[in-house]
Amino acid sequence: MEGLNVITKRPVTVGAVLLILILLAVMPFYAKPYPVISLTNILMYIILTVSWVIFSGPTHYISLASAAFFGVGIYTSALLGKILPLPLVVVAGGFASFILALFIGLLTLRLRGMYFIIFTFSISELIRHFLLWWETNVEGTVGRWVVMVSHNTVYYIILIIFVMTMLMAYLMRQSRFGLALRCIGEQEEAAIHIGINATIVKTLTFAISATFMGASGAIMATRWTYIDPRIAFDPHLSFMPVLMAIFGGTGHLYGPLFGAAIFAYLEEILTTKFPYYYMLFFGAILIVVILFLPHGFFGLIQKRWKGGSK
Amino acid sequence: MYQVDFEINPGEVVGLIGPNGAGKTTLFNLISGFLPITVGEIRYKGQKINGLNPHQICWKGVARTFQSTKLFAGMTVFENVVSASLFGSKRTVSLFKAERETMELLEFVDLLSVRTMLAKDLPIAHQKRLEVARALATKPDLLMFDEVMAGLNPVEVQEAMGLVAKIRDRGITIFMIEHVMKAIMEVCDRIIVLHHGSKIAEGRPEEVANSPKVIEVYLGE
Repeated sequence: MEGLNVITKRPVTVGAVLLILILLAVMPFYAKPYPVISLTNILMYIILTVSWVIFSGPTHYISLASAAFFGVGIYTSALLGKILPLPLVVVAGGFASFILALFIGLLTLRLRGMYFIIFTFSISELIRHFLLWWETNVEGTVGRWVVMVSHNTVYYIILIIFVMTMLMAYLMRQSRFGLALRCIGEQEEAAIHIGINATIVKTLTFAISATFMGASGAIMATRWTYIDPRIAFDPHLSFMPVLMAIFGGTGHLYGPLFGAAIFAYLEEILTTKFPYYYMLFFGAILIVVILFLPHGFFGLIQKRWKGGSK
Repeated sequence: MYQVDFEINPGEVVGLIGPNGAGKTTLFNLISGFLPITVGEIRYKGQKINGLNPHQICWKGVARTFQSTKLFAGMTVFENVVSASLFGSKRTVSLFKAERETMELLEFVDLLSVRTMLAKDLPIAHQKRLEVARALATKPDLLMFDEVMAGLNPVEVQEAMGLVAKIRDRGITIFMIEHVMKAIMEVCDRIIVLHHGSKIAEGRPEEVANSPKVIEVYLGE
């Protein structure tokens, strides 16, 4: 039998990956606090973007619900942070987002195209406005205090979530589940006629991607002393993973990672130097990418790499 | 669909013809579960299948092709077929077995030499054959062809007719929509004629060809 392996098995440079992880793991011991805090932010964006691509990459369903799942994680942390140990709070944040995504998925994944996009965005807005109403009219105070945790603890937990997200993204691509997702993305009507239960596959994947968003929201909440619905369900967090994924390239495992890392780093610098204009830069970069780099920045690098090695 | 009532027996090749808009593809969509039935019943091997999802109907042994090919365009020929082999039955199929079956099927439809090509880069005749191979990979007992010869030149039509005969020889029941009358007349055991969502004739090819009702419908077009 020829070695035509339909479930893509590209060689992973395990050594290089392990080395990078070790360097990241020991970073708090040799780096100053500011780079560790910056990297925490960057890892958060990478988690959101890679999680987003786990579902939206192969299926081409553009979800704008990332803020909803991240925000649910934040609120889980605010509600349970005083009564549960931190690891359980993070797990609870992920689980709450998983359940929410299952519910949303079963409702909305029958929708296609623009309807799905608008519905997912409206979910975030609905939760935000509901919580604002609840806190204002029922509880009488808007917002909550969050149990603070040291920067290094936040960093390590985010690093663990990052590793798990990347591992999940890799395993999905290598699995039958990932193949089913690809078929659905290519031609959903044909996919259901060859025996793929598209509803289950899409809903489960949507929920899995939401889990990592919720978990990262739960730990990131501990960086802020105070959260309210406007902070927790910021629409910016729905749009940024999409921009970062488009920039990096959604068709590759490392595209969203690089896209998120570069964009997050740029945001760090630009918000300091140009606090009122940085979104203009992002908009310009996005236009250039959409017009000239249809497969994203990482897609261009791959193309050049393959062209150079011929 | 207004009034459609018929049976297909195991091993038969049954043609479905009718003017454009008669409801032929709609009937296929109802059988495959893509569209729901509001009145009536569809039975397959004695079991009611209306109300099931398309993937469940596929697992029961009904497969189809599409009027406009719906291939996984960004995937290779091999990937298109092996996907169907992996997912086409309720039982889990090993990757080794699926790959072996795929190679056999690609040889059967004469696409082995292009197995690494992307589906979107195939010429139309090969795309049609690929869709047939993908449907066969689900191991159906009933295979529904929706205009599998549309867009083909006379040589390709002859090859497609040969492929239909080979599939019939494997014991698979075939239900085919076609506008290519030569193929319908030569290949089919029986023909059903639809017009405005209702069955207006049914019988052997020569009976249908001479039916005044059918002649009126086609000449009236």
